Amino acid sequence: MDIATQKPRWLLRLVLSAGVLAALYAANLGVQAGFIEYVQRIILIAGINVILAVGLNLINGTTGQFSIGHAGFMAVGAYAAAFTGVKLAPHVTALLGAGTLADGVTFNLALLVGALLAAGAGVLVGLPSLRLKGDYLAIVTLGFGEIIRILFNNAQFLGAATGYFGDSPAGLPTYTSFFWVFFWVIVIVVVVRNVTFSQTGRSLIAIREDEIAAEAMAIPTTRLKVLAFTLSAATAGIAGGLFAHMQSGIRPEDFKFDKSIDMIVMIIVGGLGSISGAALGGVFVAVTLELMRDLQQYRLVLYALLLIVIMLVRPEGLLGTREISLAALRRRFRQPERP
Amino acid sequence: MTLLALEHVDKVFGGLRALRGVSFEVAPKSIFGLIGPNGAGKTTLFNVVTGVYRPDGGHVRFDGAEIGGLPPARVAGLGVARTFQNIRVFRSMTVLENVMVAGHKLHRSGVLSAIVRNTAHANDEGALSVRARELLEILGLQGQAGDIAGSLPYGSQRRLEIARALMLAPKVLLLDEPAAGMNSTEARELERQIRFLRDELGVTVVLVEHNMSLVMSVCERIHVVDHGETIAEGTPAEIREHPRVLAAYLGEEPSAGRTEREA
Repeated sequence: MDIATQKPRWLLRLVLSAGVLAALYAANLGVQAGFIEYVQRIILIAGINVILAVGLNLINGTTGQFSIGHAGFMAVGAYAAAFTGVKLAPHVTALLGAGTLADGVTFNLALLVGALLAAGAGVLVGLPSLRLKGDYLAIVTLGFGEIIRILFNNAQFLGAATGYFGDSPAGLPTYTSFFWVFFWVIVIVVVVRNVTFSQTGRSLIAIREDEIAAEAMAIPTTRLKVLAFTLSAATAGIAGGLFAHMQSGIRPEDFKFDKSIDMIVMIIVGGLGSISGAALGGVFVAVTLELMRDLQQYRLVLYALLLIVIMLVRPEGLLGTREISLAALRRRFRQPERP
Repeated sequence: MTLLALEHVDKVFGGLRALRGVSFEVAPKSIFGLIGPNGAGKTTLFNVVTGVYRPDGGHVRFDGAEIGGLPPARVAGLGVARTFQNIRVFRSMTVLENVMVAGHKLHRSGVLSAIVRNTAHANDEGALSVRARELLEILGLQGQAGDIAGSLPYGSQRRLEIARALMLAPKVLLLDEPAAGMNSTEARELERQIRFLRDELGVTVVLVEHNMSLVMSVCERIHVVDHGETIAEGTPAEIREHPRVLAAYLGEEPSAGRTEREA
């Protein structure tokens, strides 16, 4: 369908990307001017949640594997990005001079290192464990998440249980801004969408639907599962890096088991297998948890109740497996015209 | 000249000997029937050939090479495609996607191409979709391309499985009870389609089926198993009158195997 418009496509893309970046920059200024720091922080957390949920959905929703150790990958990304950022910053500043440019370069290099190491952890866990199914895989990934946390708890050069605050007394630099969070949200959503709606994505869904039939269709199931796991881990790594640079430091208990459960909640509330659903779930969790902060100790009780109600009323999640897309919206608006 | 050969294949599940020294040879571009009463081991044979089960003895040779014990995805990649007795379409995907997903051979560009959506990706998607629509047309499903596979009636789901298997460009297609759940009109249409696969696409067909009129009219050779053992092999005319086959299907009369009754 796109074949006819191939030639000007790169130009269109360039213009589109520039437009998106400009809009992001404007929104960044708007958010910084228009909202108090508390609200800004919620917006950033919502963005990070979207990345986590969209990434995890690739494993749990699209491929139908049950992973509950995602906080582990996030931790790897967070520590790796924080450490790299701290060690890299002096060199980059020496090269480019202090300023926004140097910060941006340092930050994104650090994020990429975090993503790479998290992806490495994804391969490491994925290769042996993706031969397991269902509950067994869940147990292995849960164990992995805990092992990672305990490793960081004991890593002296990363601050052990006190947490990692970098080398300066001010703690980690707060590079994370609206611009960078949502820049990465857009990149990751586009990448995951393009993977999902491709031969690879179809194969992943086939694995979820019927693994025996998928194998009989010569689909390399183990390789694809590891691929989904790796990609998902990389996105969690980016989210971890963004999270780490939001505050002055990171501690192992930021990545406890309940963090993984939060992510599962996001994708189940949003609708397993839907990218837009996962994004919606990410925002939902960030916002409801904050709105209920005044309830203090009853917050988690009400939160659990809310989840139970959602599961009773809409067991398939807010969106089910549907996607919000321009094409779907167009279809919806055209429908009444039909007799 | 054989394309697929089984030599003394054994398969044991605990104390049950599901297959006992089954041997047969399937000639290229033939339509080969595999029949037997329920529980005779037909599906087990398919599972051994396609790598779902590892044979406990004997050999499975395809195009002269041993494939017994290879993983299913390898066997399928070599050109042995199959359908399933208990339908296994990818239920939440559309009919077209179900067929496209089996077309790796037409899809050379990888996941990176998909991420950047380059020309190679667009061309591959186009080629896949064109081929998939051709196959759907052969099976008479072109009108349902956009439907969700799980919503199709059983007969159509079985034909969808055949279209999906053909997307692998197989040399051998193993059909496990393709006519189950079809009415007689659909079954006649299926018979025409099976002939088309062999005559026009050059696919060798191995057919497990309980619909005897379909088996007898479409197959050139028929192999009969019962209790995991070969009891007969021959042309449809020979099988129709084979005393052991009649006994297996109709029960043995203590006096003699002389029966004029016919199924």
